[in-house]
Amino acid sequence: MNVQAPIELTSAERAEKLQGMGCKRKRVEDIRFTQGKGNYVDDVKLPGMLFGDFVRSSHAHARIKSIDTSKAKALPGVLAVLTAADLKPLNLHYMPTLAGDVQAVLADEKVLFQNQEVAFVVAKDRYIAADAIELVEVEYEPLPVLVDPFKALEPDAPLLREDIKDKMTGAHGPRKHHNHIFFWDIGDKDGTDEAFAKADVVSKDMFTYHRVHPSPLETCQCVASMDKIKGELTLWGTFQAPHVIRTVVSLISGLPEHKIHVIAPDIGGGFGNKVGAYSGYVCAVVASIVLGVPVKWVEDRMENLSTTSFARDYHMTTELAATKDGKILAMRCHVLADHGAFDACADPSKWPAGFMNICTGSYDMPVAYLSVDGVYTNKASGGVAYRCSFRVTEAVYAIERAIETLAQRLGMDSADLRIKNFIQPEQFPYHAPLGWEYDSGNYPLAMKKAMDAVGYRALRAEQKQKQEAFKRGETRELMGIGISFFTEIVGAGPSKNCDILGVAMFDSAEIRIHPTGSIIARMGTKSQGQGHETTYAQIIATELGIPADDIMIEEGNTDTAPYGLGTYGSRSTPTAGAATAVAARKIKAKAQMIAAHLLEVHEGDLEWDVDRFRVKGLPEKFKTMKEIAWASYNSPPPNLEPGLEAVNYYDPPNMTYPFGAYFCVMDIDVDTGVAKTRRFYALDDCGTRINPMIIEGQVHGGLTEAFAVAMGQEIRYDEQGNVMGASFMDFFLPTAVETPKWETDYTVTPSPHHPIGAKGVGESPHVGGVPCFSNAVNDAFAFLNAGHIQMPHDAWRLWKVGERLGLHV
Amino acid sequence: MIPGSFDYHRPKSVADAVALLVKLGEDARPLAGGHSLIPMMKTRLATPEHLVDLRAIGDLKGIREEGGDIVIGAMTTQHTLIGSDLLAAKLPIIRETSLLIADPQIRYMGTIGGNAANGDPGNDMPALMQCLGASYELTGPNGVRRVAAREFYQAAYFTALETGEILTAIRIPVPPVGHGYAYEKLKRKIGDYATAAAAVVLTMSGGKCTSASIGLTNVADTPLWAEEAANALVGTALDKAALDKAVALAEAITSPAADGRGPAEYRTKMAGVMLRRAAERAKSRAKN
Ligand SMILES: Cc1cc2nc3c(=O)[nH]c(=O)nc-3n(C[C@H](O)[C@H](O)[C@H](O)COP(=O)(O)OP(=O)(O)OC[C@H]3O[C@@H](n4cnc5c(N)ncnc54)[C@H](O)[C@@H]3O)c2cc1C
Repeated sequence: MNVQAPIELTSAERAEKLQGMGCKRKRVEDIRFTQGKGNYVDDVKLPGMLFGDFVRSSHAHARIKSIDTSKAKALPGVLAVLTAADLKPLNLHYMPTLAGDVQAVLADEKVLFQNQEVAFVVAKDRYIAADAIELVEVEYEPLPVLVDPFKALEPDAPLLREDIKDKMTGAHGPRKHHNHIFFWDIGDKDGTDEAFAKADVVSKDMFTYHRVHPSPLETCQCVASMDKIKGELTLWGTFQAPHVIRTVVSLISGLPEHKIHVIAPDIGGGFGNKVGAYSGYVCAVVASIVLGVPVKWVEDRMENLSTTSFARDYHMTTELAATKDGKILAMRCHVLADHGAFDACADPSKWPAGFMNICTGSYDMPVAYLSVDGVYTNKASGGVAYRCSFRVTEAVYAIERAIETLAQRLGMDSADLRIKNFIQPEQFPYHAPLGWEYDSGNYPLAMKKAMDAVGYRALRAEQKQKQEAFKRGETRELMGIGISFFTEIVGAGPSKNCDILGVAMFDSAEIRIHPTGSIIARMGTKSQGQGHETTYAQIIATELGIPADDIMIEEGNTDTAPYGLGTYGSRSTPTAGAATAVAARKIKAKAQMIAAHLLEVHEGDLEWDVDRFRVKGLPEKFKTMKEIAWASYNSPPPNLEPGLEAVNYYDPPNMTYPFGAYFCVMDIDVDTGVAKTRRFYALDDCGTRINPMIIEGQVHGGLTEAFAVAMGQEIRYDEQGNVMGASFMDFFLPTAVETPKWETDYTVTPSPHHPIGAKGVGESPHVGGVPCFSNAVNDAFAFLNAGHIQMPHDAWRLWKVGERLGLHV
Repeated sequence: MIPGSFDYHRPKSVADAVALLVKLGEDARPLAGGHSLIPMMKTRLATPEHLVDLRAIGDLKGIREEGGDIVIGAMTTQHTLIGSDLLAAKLPIIRETSLLIADPQIRYMGTIGGNAANGDPGNDMPALMQCLGASYELTGPNGVRRVAAREFYQAAYFTALETGEILTAIRIPVPPVGHGYAYEKLKRKIGDYATAAAAVVLTMSGGKCTSASIGLTNVADTPLWAEEAANALVGTALDKAALDKAVALAEAITSPAADGRGPAEYRTKMAGVMLRRAAERAKSRAKN
């Protein structure tokens, strides 16, 4: 037989074929998403399934005098109408929130915000349910409404939470008023006061980060199916953290956890909106238990925008102390946090204001002090991290605006002020004054690269000329240059300081190699569009030398996936990504033992070469991973158990600290207030880059959100507490036409403690983008001494600035 | 976001449609492209029990020239308006305006008749029709009557249409060859209704404006025909002083609502800015 020897590929060629880390692998999940073959919650259709819909409050604050459900119940096709009275005997009319408060599942005796859930109608189809909610008659007695958080703690402010009015100690310590939720502080108060007393310059502003809301394409929804014979509950839902939901459902319902099957199928975007537990989930579960058939609940867009989990609503009085030549000496910040009617923030339990204490940013300062007061108002509850790791967006906004206003007061260029105060590369790991240990960074390098790329000094010169021309009346446009140099804190997190309801915030991966060398791997996280099926496979491909295309990634089924805390706060790569690498390395260690046995050499005589172990000095003697996989099942070394799989639960030693330098150039038409973004440049350092194309996609999406938030998105309330503009007619969701063109760039500073050096990138562009846009707007007006201009920067508000400055004569 | 239940009818002729509307009375509504009516039904702001779909009536579609007028069938879609060579030649401002309505998907469905009959001050066609001096052909149980666009709108969603009547066609006198025109619309994003918009059609001769007409969108509870503002332009060189005066006169007749697009004062001022820009652009386009 004349067999031709196969052409042997070089190591580099073999590595390329793996499609491992660093390659722009196309997203495998997109094949089904782009062909309409995704499988979302609303695609779940079970025999006999019923539909639930909510009767919602028309008032922001009112006593419920009566609820008459008789007409609704009489409508053919209606099977049940639940009210708080039905849930009370089950002790389910309130549910615990992630923040240590309770939240009404259905309004009990009074309503606390407009569109609050009052009754849950269950009917044969969606249309009947929608008709039936119109037939439920609720009689309200209106109460005084509290909308302005600054009035929440006034002595005569209306009492909102009657259910806890005597409970003057909350989950985070004493409450000083009936509308007070918590006071939380951190840092060296006295030391900060001292530094301020000695400073040449004190710069103080109140920065409001207005109330906004994530807009995933798919709203929140679930299908609950109780099998009364087996005593088992299956719950499909849009859950960013399916395991946590399973634990919470078990704790609330009393069903044993192994009899609860929580499944998060494909999710159409989350952005923090799908972390919390909502009334719809509880009501669907109760209805399914009561009626013994599956019940589906799907919220519509208006319900989504006006009820399930807003974001931000932080009012941040921010002070910087500095020498007159621009060295920052201290920071002081007080936050008034508007949490709405219930404290349902999704933060790690010990952190009532999330990681707001990252607010000293990228700057080296000896001392700082942060305090936060949380208050109740007649607005929807929530306080989720909208594409942001736990209040990091707010923190970055505060410091990046404060740097700008300080620079203005000092008469200094704000880029120079940043450079002067950067934490230097040799200072890492850096102990920040508010407690965090930054793992790594090279800020001056990133800043220089960004400034060179945009031609910063030339832009300033051009701006100067434009300002002169404006003063001479030759143009009606103002040019603004926005800068943001952000440091994020992501990857929650180490069990020493992060838990949710007592569950430590580790994450997990389980990898199983089949005899023929292909792989199934499961993680405790849950992609909502981030591309986990693509990127986790790349990590394994590089670690184990198996082509990414031969690796299947599965998430979201709590029966099969290892326990994990889910996906939000850019935590998947820092936690489950790390677990993936560690589990793969366990497998590799066993593979090495098997290879040594097969090659009849000592383990130490082997070296790894892309997809194989080879004998040192004898490269033609090797065993590929595929060969080893077969042998692991069928001819393992004596005394070694067969099979090739591993699990890792990864408790990260620290958070990761991605950073970036963003620049924006904007032109504002003072006659209309319309702002046009001429240029936006984003340099991100997220450590090791697993898939540059996915990073770029994440950055594009995050910047688009940041643009929307800074330039128009807002959940607004009028004085009666009516929620305004909670539909896409008003809530600003930019289309491709409005969205600026994005330029992306990067530096790479690997995380020293992460197994592959990766840091997470999903949220950076939102976190860094918002202050960059806001700084550009503020910078445009700064030469006219406009003072700080609050977001959102939509056209009418910018026109009002012009009006205030007398620019419209 | 789920409409109440309704019966659906699909007549084949105007006569059948009118007969149905007469028979069903107040509970019935004509359905054209559905892109104003159905969103209102989904939020249950409109709860008709019967929809009389006009889409199967072939007579209601098409654009033709008749005497000195352009006649557009009510069921002609905005997409068709944009593609019409006849309009591009004779009434290019219709194309310019249509391109600023909603987005391509909506324009495939939305009709000029629905846009004009809807009575929402946010619609762009009504002010344009007033600017152009159009008249509406209304067909009812007693035959056809004509109402000038400038007389048609009474308040938000209240028009001269009687129960049982259908808007069948829109008749527009063709402006002189060489006229200048512009539609300026300020909006927050693609698919948004106007914060304020202005339609201007004018003629120039010897450096002077010889005629002018102005329509304003979404700055009152009806579209506005700004007659005095237009008169202030006639006889001038459309210089700054003339524009200032016209802008002031136009602003004076607005009474916009405050909404997410901005407070009333802003929208009034934007009507002025849009008018100024439209007049300047119309001037630059006019043959002298
Ligand atoms: C997201 C979005 C953005 C939009 N943006 C704009 C915009 O910027 N500018 C703009 O002008 N429009 C806008 N529209 C509206 C769109 O142009 C509509 O299509 C148009 O207003 C109505 O036309 P229609 O054919 O869809 O009418 P329908 O929605 O079918 O009908 C509207 C009303 O007119 C009545 N009606 C319809 N035809 C007749 C007739 N022949 N005789 C008597 N009564 C009739 C109906 O009974 C109904 O009351 C937008 C719509 C959407 C959904």
